[in-house]
Amino acid sequence: MRKWVPEFISLPALAPALLPALIAGMFAGQAVAGEINLKVTLPQINSAEYHRPYVAIWIEKPDQTVEKNLAVWYSQKKTDKGEQSDKWLKDLRQWWRKSGRDQAMPLDGVTGATRPVGEQKLSFVEGKSPLGNLPAGQYNVVVESAREKGGRELVRVPFTWPVQKAVTAKSSGQEELGDVVVELKP
Amino acid sequence: MKLQIKLQSALLSLAIGMSASVVHAHGVWITSSSSVLSAPQFVTFDAASSSVPFLIDHRPLVIDALSIIAPDGSKVPPVNVMKGELRTVFDAKLEQTGTYRLELVRSGFRANWKDAENKPKRFMGTAEALAKEVPADAKELKVTESISRMENFITVGKPSTLKTTGSGLELVSATHPNDLVVGEPVEFTFLVDGKPTEGVEVEMIRNQTRYRNKLDEKKYKTDKNGKVKVTLQEAGLYWLDADFKDNNVSNKLAKERGLAYVLTLEVLPQ
Repeated sequence: MRKWVPEFISLPALAPALLPALIAGMFAGQAVAGEINLKVTLPQINSAEYHRPYVAIWIEKPDQTVEKNLAVWYSQKKTDKGEQSDKWLKDLRQWWRKSGRDQAMPLDGVTGATRPVGEQKLSFVEGKSPLGNLPAGQYNVVVESAREKGGRELVRVPFTWPVQKAVTAKSSGQEELGDVVVELKP
Repeated sequence: MKLQIKLQSALLSLAIGMSASVVHAHGVWITSSSSVLSAPQFVTFDAASSSVPFLIDHRPLVIDALSIIAPDGSKVPPVNVMKGELRTVFDAKLEQTGTYRLELVRSGFRANWKDAENKPKRFMGTAEALAKEVPADAKELKVTESISRMENFITVGKPSTLKTTGSGLELVSATHPNDLVVGEPVEFTFLVDGKPTEGVEVEMIRNQTRYRNKLDEKKYKTDKNGKVKVTLQEAGLYWLDADFKDNNVSNKLAKERGLAYVLTLEVLPQ
């Protein structure tokens, strides 16, 4: 059996003092950990040559600076010409200007492959990467989508943090994005 | 003999180059295929002088004096240079992260006078040639010094801080020139020999003039701090031209100095 404390510490000596604190800590953590659940719909687009969109999802402050990157979906394969996969990241124009270009791609726990048409669910928990800790305040969830041989669209959904009671907010795109639903749980 | 011919043709090409950049300063431009990049790659450029910025309808630009300066200060040679009838084309491989600066700086003198028989004469070229070409008894001699600077910026990844040289007319943009977005105000400071200067005349024209009836040029003049505040309401490629005259000449024969600055700016939608 694997021990969870270094062997040089005497377990019987520490356990009575440590365990209740640990257990209390676990529950305390759960009680305050807010949750942000997102549903982002990538609409069906009738096009002779459809490519899955590049999508960036982030939390922005009222001054429109980026607070947290939540997700970036892009093709991480090299192109036929051997070009680097991040060649088209700049087409997520706003995200690229405000955050992308300052980061080394890929971003751990944030970047991932492009996603198919339909409702995409994402879940973020306070205290855990990539959401981490969010100072109290007004924010937007921003979803930016850019599609090869297609268009680009941004959708913003405002929310307040921390979450007092469960709420749902929604905005919708016109062309490149469908519904963006933000579910907040205390 | 041969050397003399070579020298003469070199001077002639300098004079022609100057006539394109200085005399017809309104309407020289360089455009790039991209100004914001997320990965190293080739970029291609068009360079010309034309009736209206970005229309390809007159002459190719002489790019002998062109420098493409990488973020680390090294120079990138233009490749696949093609001088067409109407425009010059070249490519550059941008491999570093940061902002590349294209600059085309030209300087020289222009002289007009009348000879002993009252025939009008003129000259364009360097200070050394000026001293040789203009006779001591030239009548109604008028000599002007010209310095023109054309710039283009392209950023791969994170933009770098831009530096000025402290000579001629230059621009410092509060917002990085590759960061311009519709509706966000931009503040430009114009420097003459490194000092913010009042009274610099600035003009901006958005591209695709062919598809509208008004040229819609915007004119500004720098305030006492050398500043101009601009809010661009439409996305597109903008030609910025600035002009200033003073008498800070580098050669006693000249009475006046004409400074010009041209920059191509890309403004993206929100």
